[in-house]
Amino acid sequence: MAKLRGRGYASVNYPTGMNLGGDPSQALIHATTTGTFVVSLSSVDLGQGIKTIAAQCAAETLGLPIENVLVDTADTDTGPHCMGTFASRGTHRVGNAVIMAAAEARGVMLEVAAEELEVDAADLETDGTGYIAVKGARDKRVHITDLALAAHFKHGRTISGRGIYLKEPSTPVPETGEMDPDSCQAHACTVAVVEVDDETGVVEVLELFNTYEVGRALNPAMATQQVEGGAWMGVSHALFETTEPYYPARDHGPRDFAGYLMPGPADLPVQHSLLLERPADNGPYGAKGIGEMTANAPIPAIANAIFDACGVRLTAMPFTPERVLRGLDALRTEEPC
Amino acid sequence: MPSQIVSLDVNGERREFIAAPGATLLACLRESLGLTAAKRGCAQGACGTCTVLVDGRPEAACLVAVETVAGSAIRTLEGVATGGDLDEVQSAFIDCFATQCGFCTPGMIMVAEALLDRDPDPSEADVIEAISGNVCRCTGYRPIVIAILEAARRRRERAVTR
Repeated sequence: MAKLRGRGYASVNYPTGMNLGGDPSQALIHATTTGTFVVSLSSVDLGQGIKTIAAQCAAETLGLPIENVLVDTADTDTGPHCMGTFASRGTHRVGNAVIMAAAEARGVMLEVAAEELEVDAADLETDGTGYIAVKGARDKRVHITDLALAAHFKHGRTISGRGIYLKEPSTPVPETGEMDPDSCQAHACTVAVVEVDDETGVVEVLELFNTYEVGRALNPAMATQQVEGGAWMGVSHALFETTEPYYPARDHGPRDFAGYLMPGPADLPVQHSLLLERPADNGPYGAKGIGEMTANAPIPAIANAIFDACGVRLTAMPFTPERVLRGLDALRTEEPC
Repeated sequence: MPSQIVSLDVNGERREFIAAPGATLLACLRESLGLTAAKRGCAQGACGTCTVLVDGRPEAACLVAVETVAGSAIRTLEGVATGGDLDEVQSAFIDCFATQCGFCTPGMIMVAEALLDRDPDPSEADVIEAISGNVCRCTGYRPIVIAILEAARRRRERAVTR
């Protein structure tokens, strides 16, 4: 009896947004009297970080500090339309809508600054610290707080912008099947290193190597967290989770956290993650969606690693000790010693 | 059995409220006292997000009948920061990216507080054991383990310089 080590890999190509498109998201942006830019969205942040991404896109486009951006996702009844945070679409669709809205708002901001400074708007630039200044004459400048006050109370202007991103719906050509299925695809490869105990059938994932081509990682820390949290969920699907474990009747299945098997903090593989960046033409600053795909590649990679370790080819998840042992038994029957 | 007046020391302040028979500590904290940091997840002691400290021990508040802890000192996440200043565990959770959706975070921080109170220099295995009753579905646990070890380091450093 031994602990057998194996290594396997799997790759995934994953489309960003709804298949065949037709899924718009909107963003509205306006400056308050004191120069805070409120980005109104109906896109929900459930921890994936869309508020951070939206704030980054708005700040970058406006040319203002991120502290000047407030993202409001409070109310889907009154907010601008969002198709939803699913299909790995948030960063791509919402990010693009925010950039469009912020670009319009930036245009107005520069127009008002031009009036305020009595120069041409084309001669103005932002420096990312909150000032709008004349190119080549840095002393001639106005701070966004003063500018927003002047816009409201002196010029009667609203510094605002509208944005929407729609991947136009595509229908397959019946004769050829030709279509435009997605805006862009992210790619990933995971290598799993496992240890299989051929006496107990227990599989332990020792290491995961995750490589993700994400277009552009707008926030590398959050992207890495998504990759590794998603990989954990992949390990969980591969080895633990099922609502129909061993029992003949569905009635005996788990109904709650007490009976539903999940890996705990002691079941953690060591993860090594690498982000590759090949910006997508239609992505917000080149970004693609990597939400859902992060749970995908680890599962077949682990299955392949189990095969490499002990010769058992498993095709049904989760890869439980019982299934591994049955597979080992079958191998022994095939090849009697 | 009639409702009764229960008195608790909550985050250093004496609080009295009327509790229905069998009311849980969690329900009283959330509904009678308005302290909503401790969350109701599974309501059966399996997920850990309702964890508060009862006389320094981490307990699943959803399983504690409030009359059984009358007079005890309760510490909730609301009592961890000093004014606007986050403590070492809270700031390490931010710096180490140890939250995503945040639903498990109140419980994770409270078990970490209890751990560091009794052991200022825990091993990684100690941290893993301490949080093993708390479910997280986003992070894969690793950033949480790292954050708690980092919080311990910062707290020891602060103790030396003080």
